[in-house]
Amino acid sequence: MSALSALLVRDVRVALRVGGGALAGVLFFLAVVVLIPFAFGPDLALLQRVGSAILWLGALLASLLGLDRLLADDHADGSLDLLLMGRAPLELVVAMKALAHWLTTGLPLVIAAPVLGLLLNLDLDAMAVVTLTLAIGTPALTFIGLIGAALAAALRRGGLLLPVLVLPLTIPVLIFGVAAANAAVVGPMPVATPLTILCALTLVSAVIGTFAAAATLRHGME
Amino acid sequence: MPLIDLANPTRFLALTARVLPWLIGLTVVTFVGGLYLAFFVAPDDYQQGATVKIMFIHVPNAWLSMFVWGLMSVAALGTLVWRHPLADVAAKCAAPLGAAFTFLALVTGSLWGRPMWGTYWVWDARLTSVLVLFLMYLALIALWRTVDDPSRAGRAAAILTLVGAINLPIIKFSVDWWNTLHQPASIMRLGGPSIHWTIQIPLWAMTIAFTLLFLALHLAAMRNELMRRRVRTLRLLQAQGARV
Repeated sequence: MSALSALLVRDVRVALRVGGGALAGVLFFLAVVVLIPFAFGPDLALLQRVGSAILWLGALLASLLGLDRLLADDHADGSLDLLLMGRAPLELVVAMKALAHWLTTGLPLVIAAPVLGLLLNLDLDAMAVVTLTLAIGTPALTFIGLIGAALAAALRRGGLLLPVLVLPLTIPVLIFGVAAANAAVVGPMPVATPLTILCALTLVSAVIGTFAAAATLRHGME
Repeated sequence: MPLIDLANPTRFLALTARVLPWLIGLTVVTFVGGLYLAFFVAPDDYQQGATVKIMFIHVPNAWLSMFVWGLMSVAALGTLVWRHPLADVAAKCAAPLGAAFTFLALVTGSLWGRPMWGTYWVWDARLTSVLVLFLMYLALIALWRTVDDPSRAGRAAAILTLVGAINLPIIKFSVDWWNTLHQPASIMRLGGPSIHWTIQIPLWAMTIAFTLLFLALHLAAMRNELMRRRVRTLRLLQAQGARV
């Protein structure tokens, strides 16, 4: 277990130090949210209605942005090969890497969400619910992205291919994330239903993502 | 003949060379029969009029869009678990065909939707999930095309195919929950089909015809791919020989 926690600490440190992508994701999130009123016009009532959806969309795009770094850097400098040969189970290794990635790129998005909610005229309740759904949902995005990152690392091709592979798989997370956020603010249905499904999606993608990524790395690297 | 015998590409090529003409002939015969039944036997719908004929193209394509992903999933297992040498050839050749059938299902559905629902496109659950299926086909093709080494690309694509196979029901179910307008299943359902036999029999005929068409195209594409790989190997050998 100590190997895994050491890996977690290392990954978080690498991400936070020079060249880390943590801040870039939040800046991108901010840029997307700032762009929206320019496109829709500064209609506060409209922004309030679509605000939670915009926050989800922005977070989804921002979390795609950093996926390249999840495994590519380790692959480039050879430490991924060491991890592959190590004694720790590969599934747990990639899970730890995904967790570190979420802590440094997903969590900042969750923390930034309430602030950006102000720009979109969300009231306090809506802000709290969107932040909660993002906190539950963004790990799912990271774990789904893990599959794409593993494919990109195994094939030595990242770039545009990665978002193309990952985006269709994230649709359910987006649907239930926004549904839960909207249900709390306006919707007739109880929040609990979409929220529990969102939790389930996160758990399922944690399992599928880690196993598929580990299988990709095992089969793809030689 | 057991599946393992087909692992030898030469034997596969020899067998398919014999089977393919018969398969093509059978496809043509079924198409002629199916189209005759569809256009001259099946009555017009009392509400939809002649536009109901679109169904005989639309439903087989929609069926194939899912059948092909299923076939690719089996091929993906073949690549990853049994390491069958032809499995990734089968998977690679099925992807563009599956994308084409999915695209046709979307287009015919859209053309049918215009007179019936009054619009070419609605963000309805069934349409949206088929659209996502189409996107996933395209992503898979993009993955195949970015990597030049076939076996490496094959294993990566196999994993993406299997992940997609797990995800498609989830996507289906999530968009179902999101919004729905498309009619529910009317053939494969408990309590028997809800379609009259004069329409059902032509529908089955057309479905079989389209499935045979897919199989014929798939086998032909697999033969081409095998030959393409041979050419590639020969070229590589030639290049190595030239260097030494």
